[in-house]
Amino acid sequence: MLLIHCPYCQEERPELEFRNMGEAHIERPKNIADISDEAFEAFFFIRSNPKGVTHERWRHVHGCARFFNAVRDTVSDRFVATYKSGEPRLEVERGEDGELLVKGARS
Amino acid sequence: MSGANRIKGRGRLTPAKTVRFTFDGKALTALEGDTLAAALIANGIHLTGRSYKYHRPRGMLSAGPEEPNALIDIGRDAARRTPNVRASVQEVFDGMQARSQNRWPSLAFDVGAINNLASPLFAAGFYYKTFMWPKAAWKHLYEPIVRAAAGLGVSPKEADPDHYANHFVHCDVLVIGGGAAGLSAALAAAHAGASVILCDEQPETGGAFHHDADAKIDGVSGWDWAQAATAELRSMANVRVLTRTTAFGYQAQNHVALVERVTEHLANPDPALPRERLWQVRARQVVIATGAIERHMVFANNDRPGILLASAARTFLNHFGVAVGAKVGVYTACDSAWATAFDLKQAGVSVPAIVDVRPDLDPALLARAKELGIEVLAGQCVLDTSGTLRVKSMKVGRASGGSTRSIAIDALIMSAGWTPSVHMYSQSRGKVVWDEDSKRFLPGKHVQDCVSVGACNGVDDLADALEGAAEAGLAAAKAAGASGTKAWGAPGSAISASWAGSMMGAAGGAGAETSVKAFVDFQNDVTAKDIRLAVREGMHSIEHVKRFTTNGMATDQGKTSNIHGLAIAAETLGKPLPQVGLTTFRAPYTPVTFGAIVNHARGSLFDPTRRTPMHGWEEAHGAVFEDVGQWKRAWYYPRPGEDMHQAVNRECRTVREVAGLFDASTLGKIEVVGPDAAAFLNLLYTNSWDKLEPGRCKYGIMLREDGFIYDDGVVGRMAEDRFHVTTTTGGAPRVLSHMEDYLQTEFPHLKVWLTSTSEQWAVIAVQGPKAREIIAPLVEGIDLSNEAMPHMSVREGRICGVPTRLFRMSFTGEAGYEVNVPADHGDAVWKALWAQAEPLGACAYGTETMHVLRAEKGYIIVGQDTDGTVTPDDAGLNWAVAKKKPDFVGIRGMKRPDLVAPGRKQLVGLLTRDPSVVLEEGAQIVANPNQPVPMTMIGHVTSSYWTENCGRSIAMALVADGRALKGKTLYVPMPDRTIEVEVTDTVFIDKEGVRLHG
Repeated sequence: MLLIHCPYCQEERPELEFRNMGEAHIERPKNIADISDEAFEAFFFIRSNPKGVTHERWRHVHGCARFFNAVRDTVSDRFVATYKSGEPRLEVERGEDGELLVKGARS
Repeated sequence: MSGANRIKGRGRLTPAKTVRFTFDGKALTALEGDTLAAALIANGIHLTGRSYKYHRPRGMLSAGPEEPNALIDIGRDAARRTPNVRASVQEVFDGMQARSQNRWPSLAFDVGAINNLASPLFAAGFYYKTFMWPKAAWKHLYEPIVRAAAGLGVSPKEADPDHYANHFVHCDVLVIGGGAAGLSAALAAAHAGASVILCDEQPETGGAFHHDADAKIDGVSGWDWAQAATAELRSMANVRVLTRTTAFGYQAQNHVALVERVTEHLANPDPALPRERLWQVRARQVVIATGAIERHMVFANNDRPGILLASAARTFLNHFGVAVGAKVGVYTACDSAWATAFDLKQAGVSVPAIVDVRPDLDPALLARAKELGIEVLAGQCVLDTSGTLRVKSMKVGRASGGSTRSIAIDALIMSAGWTPSVHMYSQSRGKVVWDEDSKRFLPGKHVQDCVSVGACNGVDDLADALEGAAEAGLAAAKAAGASGTKAWGAPGSAISASWAGSMMGAAGGAGAETSVKAFVDFQNDVTAKDIRLAVREGMHSIEHVKRFTTNGMATDQGKTSNIHGLAIAAETLGKPLPQVGLTTFRAPYTPVTFGAIVNHARGSLFDPTRRTPMHGWEEAHGAVFEDVGQWKRAWYYPRPGEDMHQAVNRECRTVREVAGLFDASTLGKIEVVGPDAAAFLNLLYTNSWDKLEPGRCKYGIMLREDGFIYDDGVVGRMAEDRFHVTTTTGGAPRVLSHMEDYLQTEFPHLKVWLTSTSEQWAVIAVQGPKAREIIAPLVEGIDLSNEAMPHMSVREGRICGVPTRLFRMSFTGEAGYEVNVPADHGDAVWKALWAQAEPLGACAYGTETMHVLRAEKGYIIVGQDTDGTVTPDDAGLNWAVAKKKPDFVGIRGMKRPDLVAPGRKQLVGLLTRDPSVVLEEGAQIVANPNQPVPMTMIGHVTSSYWTENCGRSIAMALVADGRALKGKTLYVPMPDRTIEVEVTDTVFIDKEGVRLHG
């Protein structure tokens, strides 16, 4: 069972309290009623399934009930960081030992 | 006497404490503290089972959890039986019934042993080659026979009467393994102030000191030191010592699963105790001190009963006081077997010869052997053995050929060296690294917050192991944040038996060109020949070799076999061993019972049961309940002598003629509040909410973004900024999640607050012509007249003196109310309403009647008449989709080409030509029943009932272009007949809807 840091509760809690809610940073078009079939397909149906860095949404459903975003390495299952929804996409990079780090976090 | 092979003065058990048990029905005596393996050997029994595939006689190989052969069925009574228990792990208790497995009719005479003669048929991969055709024969003929013949134990048929416990615990440092290294690490961490859990799979700590009686630490025996260290740990408030506790799974982020066998060794366990306890440990730091496992020698017929690991024989002698035989041969490539030979000889056991494959041997060992009068055959091999149910002799000679010699023995001990037990490390996702110097795989970089110490980390010297572990324990405590100042120093001096020397793969005489049975994996009956065959047949990856031969699979996980199998594959491939790689060690380390895993989650505790406030009344009035998700809902209320059909017919009639009370408390309810509440609902529902006045309510449809119906329900506007939303019973959690998702992530600018109120309101539907008459005497502060409170309105007031949200609405087509009261008052208000209703001739009705009444009116049930691929238009609900709204969830999905194309399935009514025939829900519909099979199916029945009010059957169905087919005849082919139906609209009663307004 993973431990997940809820950016709202500011606490690591067991995975049992959370639910994965799919890929992050897919914004619903403001003019959704007017977009083309292709644009709707891209928005609604197409998802990435990367080996490595993934940005995904989680919900602390049995806690504060807030939705938030996370960066996770699908190979190691390790969370790089979690952050509040609405905040910009967190960019990450590989450190010298292959570990994922938040970009700029290395001092 | 507790067995003829018990040696007086040897071992650590108390001779006076005897227990009685049976093996295959034979009464035997053991000493308290014996494992079953020790007790059987003490009684001269080595033969304990038949092998998996060839049904070869087998006995104990080991004295620990690595045991691949001696898998026994352990029973207390009929329901308390556990198959496949390792004899080397199970402690004997008074009254224990042990049975051998995989033999028929008896252990000594087993018909299945014909498989051994027919073994050419059963070579590696035989499943894939032999049973190819005909296809059907696999399922009906081959598989049942193969499964019956090649098997492990049989599970009990009775339900498990015991209970199991589950603990979640946190600690600073978890130490896995209570041998020298583990104890040292635990002491260092504990003295530094860390909270420590130390677990060990055996009844007592001490690890290798179970066998190594030569070990000395600071002048005392290793065993005594370990017991003193354990006593010190147990005395510390910050330490928990768990024995009989196996760490079997190392998960992400230092989540380690342990299972503690609490009562498996007790004759009369306290019924209050759990049988096993699952510990889910979350440790800041983990110290892996899992030791090493001795390997057997791979040579011809190395599997006869009486042939076992040298360390096991030493454990049986030094811990249990049991000699494995009277004439014990030794075959080894490692020094540690010599120590066993010396101990046996000193205990009075005859040791005819030590056969060591190494030509050059330690002079000190040779001198000691000479002193004890043991013949040494250096650079020689055991080429074969004889003996059917027990080893009788070993054939000794040089691998290169020449003369051979047969030596009579009744037991043979062997050692090919020690394999570091990297299972836990590997499960933690660490990658093992080949150490060329010591020729073994060792832990490399630890990828979690853990460290390996002692023998599992390749540290053979006891003093080094103690010191390294103490340093690691202190470092782990500090890394976990412990700030204690008391330092614990590792013991100054320590000596132990030498583990020098090792070999991997087949020993001389079982080389590549031979076809002898030299077993690599005893549990899966894999021989050296099988592995060579796998490579020859193209399995070049070790993972493929493993699956083709089953080497290292199943419960064994390659504890004794992995390295030998790998070495043989590498040799056959002509590649260096590390290039061939090692297979993954998987959890569980040893088998774990379903009881421990399932734990409390069974029977009534498997899933919560939700009951409404009126449940007790319903039960008292004879309701039959149905499960709707976790809810228990009153299904129908049969009167004496009524079956379901009669009860539902009566309830349906009564509601339309008089009135009925229905418990609708399970409906999902969400309070939507805030200045932007209407704007939010405009986005979440297809309907427009701007013009809904406070005090009115409306039926709403919610779509997913793809344009399909997600949920529906009536929404009441309590105030400008407050809505009382209802959802389907099953949909409540996902609808709230759907709403929260949009509110938090897509429309965060809206000032809205959502609260689940499903369990805060009890809901009583009062439906029928006399509904108003029933509620009126109890209601205060609300004008119930048609003018003041028309259909689809909501008022707040009081009923029976408690606050109510009173909805005038209907899911029956009758004039009616839904009385919402705080849940705590639900039962009292229901009873008060019933006191009004009963004298008028009204009834209580259940969900079945509710379903029939709504179907008579063509009201859909989301999830029954819709299936996640139905649009509002398909369901005939276009009237509920606002045409002028610029946006709502699903607005774009609804317009996708396939969703607006002709030919979509539309909801229609169906009337069978024969009114007494009730269609089956889910039945397929065709236009032409005479077309060839497979027919073109144009739709299916979604709802179908007998309705007493119509005096006939009715149905709803989704049919392609259904609305255009009204009046046409369609067909429902069934296995025994074809049913003719007419397509109609979906309203079967009161098409004008006048009754609603009565």
